[in-house]
Amino acid sequence: MSSQTDDRSAQEKALAVERDVGNFSYETSYDFDAGKGLSERTIDYICDVKGEPDWMREFRKKALKVFNDKPMPSSWASPDLANIDFDRISYYMAKGRPSRSWDEVPDEVKKTFERLGVPEKERAFLAGVEAQFDSESSYSSMKEELAKQGVIFVSSSEGLMKHPEIFRQWFGKVIPIGDNKFSALNSAVFSGGSFIYIPKGVKLKQPLQAYFRINAEEMGQFERTLIIADEGAEMMYMEGCTAPQYETSALHSAVVELVALKGAKIQYVTVQNWSASVFNLVTKRGLALEDAEIRWIDCNIGSRLTMKYPAVVLRGERARGEVLSIALAHDGQHQDTGSKMIHAADNTSSNIVSKSISIGKGRATYRGMVQMPRHLKNCKNNTECDALLINTNSRTDTYPAIVVRGEGNSVQHEASVSKVSEEQIFYMQQRGIPEAEAMSLAVNGFVNDLVREFPMEYSVELRRLIDLEMEGSVG
Amino acid sequence: MSLNINNLSVSIAERQILKDFNLSVSRGEVHAIMGPNGTGKSTLAKALAAHPDYTVTGGTALLDGAEIIGLEPDAVARLGLFMAFQYPVEIPGVSIANFIRAALTARLKESGGDFSATAYYKALYAQMDALKIPREFTSRSVNVGFSGGEKKRCDILQMAMLKPSYAILDETDSGLDIDALRIVADGVNHMRGPGTGFVIITHYQRLLNYIKPDYVHVMYGGRIVKSGGAELALELEEKGYGWVEKEFGVLV
Ligand SMILES: Nc1ncnc2c1ncn2[C@@H]1O[C@H](COP(=O)(O)OP(=O)(O)OP(=O)(O)O)[C@@H](O)[C@H]1O
Ligand SMILES: [Mg+2]
Repeated sequence: MSSQTDDRSAQEKALAVERDVGNFSYETSYDFDAGKGLSERTIDYICDVKGEPDWMREFRKKALKVFNDKPMPSSWASPDLANIDFDRISYYMAKGRPSRSWDEVPDEVKKTFERLGVPEKERAFLAGVEAQFDSESSYSSMKEELAKQGVIFVSSSEGLMKHPEIFRQWFGKVIPIGDNKFSALNSAVFSGGSFIYIPKGVKLKQPLQAYFRINAEEMGQFERTLIIADEGAEMMYMEGCTAPQYETSALHSAVVELVALKGAKIQYVTVQNWSASVFNLVTKRGLALEDAEIRWIDCNIGSRLTMKYPAVVLRGERARGEVLSIALAHDGQHQDTGSKMIHAADNTSSNIVSKSISIGKGRATYRGMVQMPRHLKNCKNNTECDALLINTNSRTDTYPAIVVRGEGNSVQHEASVSKVSEEQIFYMQQRGIPEAEAMSLAVNGFVNDLVREFPMEYSVELRRLIDLEMEGSVG
Repeated sequence: MSLNINNLSVSIAERQILKDFNLSVSRGEVHAIMGPNGTGKSTLAKALAAHPDYTVTGGTALLDGAEIIGLEPDAVARLGLFMAFQYPVEIPGVSIANFIRAALTARLKESGGDFSATAYYKALYAQMDALKIPREFTSRSVNVGFSGGEKKRCDILQMAMLKPSYAILDETDSGLDIDALRIVADGVNHMRGPGTGFVIITHYQRLLNYIKPDYVHVMYGGRIVKSGGAELALELEEKGYGWVEKEFGVLV
């Protein structure tokens, strides 16, 4: 290492290579393909293929109109949004037949699977070599167990068709069509995602994983998930994985609605590792009634632009909401994340901890909103957002909580920006630790207390992923 | 086996600090380096440890025969060079136990050895007890919120665990209370033996009462201007550096 500028260009070179790792795609042929572009015909196609009831067709068409009418958020959002070409996107593809073999999977990707310790049987699916993830063996015993307890865990399409009474009661209620342009888009063309209902008092010990019922259709870019935990029920849901996945589309726009009825607890865990070409624009919101608790635990790595601000509406007294998030932005990536806490009852409390890591020209933005109207009593919010910069090119912005609050409510807000300094790296290297490893130690140290909140298998994978990311970030 | 520094010239930010610096330290020897502020003592330590800010413009440094100039800092460290920092750095979120473990496993990766967690903790606790570092420090982040003296002891703990063949202690005595000074000196004396060569940079004769040096060197203007035995330190303590300046000032 002769000088800093050399360092940086070496680093940039390394990053360019690294970025391609998660970035692979193939041609696939589908039995059902709505073609490119979006119109009422696209929606009719989707509804016909899926055999959906009329109310859903109307819902989708109404959403399409809202989507078309709503301007792109421009005053505050990234101007990069303007680069999404909606006419070149395929909105519905199902029953894909992979026409490739394991040999065609890039070596880099295979190596990454290995390094991350992705189980053998999952690799072929993630790489798009198999259309179906063979989960039957691991899932069937669990499915029985769940059925016995009256738990419903199906795809959103199946939920709509087979459980219309619960589905319709809550669908689109937490996140209305017009919440934002992308929730409208999702409402118009969604496919895939999960529908889950946990009956009164049922407390699930094992987390439910999207994995168990995922297939090529469900890999969809417009997932729609609805989870209802009835009174006193408890559950944890996990989605995503740290491994790179082959990309079917450059735009992912999911909507996730959670409903925690009286005394229920929902934890929603996400770990996503997007390739650098993807726009990931997600709307996630939970509704917590009396004594209920909703926690979003969220880790976003990669993508060209991620916009995601998980929210909790604290509708019942003593409801609790929490958002714990980690975002990692490499060169050329922008993580625009944050959280919303909407207090709507007395004695509600919320906690937000956000940690972002920016590497190279990577950019991380935090946006927070805490609403605590004056008429409410004894509400509490704690917000902590910390940013770590890996080199001086990195940029981080914090748009702190917009707070409306009355007397007797309390809000705490702490923010910090720190750097992994050359002196820290040197100190670690002087003990014999290679530069990349020193970097991951520092980064892991930064996110340590949050990583601990992830379920065991995720936290192990997450640490490995951070190691891999750091390896790619030093020259 | 020795650490041989020949005609080493080092600059920082275009300014030359070390000029044709020469020193040879054999394993088993203890060398003390004394000298006025800003004369280049820390520069010597950091340049040998391959700190990226320091540019070696000439000369060589052979560690047991292997050239270390031009290597990455971690490679130099794994070859056996340890440096206790004048100002140890804080590393938030990285516990002492995990940090030393990472340093050890980096060495094992190279040698192909196996890591045993039980043996590791046994050794770690033994060294901590010897240095009177409370055991709960294992889970504290490296140097974060440590007092000055605790930081120095933490560096010595790392040295004791990593067992380097050459150790440069840069003002490890500064900031230590009288008891801590003795504890740290005991730690060094304990390691003293045919396996390790020490370079001890200090301003105070007092440390050398506890760690008897084989050689004392006076550094001035980026090079060693006078060498002697332990008695030289006493002489310096008594007379200060004024005479050095008079005698060698022309060189600067
Ligand atoms: N990063 C830097 N940029 C510019 N000059 C530096 C830098 N680091 C050190 N120097 C200069 O190099 C010279 C030697 O510094 P060095 O730290 O080696 O001295 P020292 O002998 O260890 O002094 P002390 O006894 O005070 O610790 C000093 O004049 C110092 O100001
Ligand atoms: Mg110094």
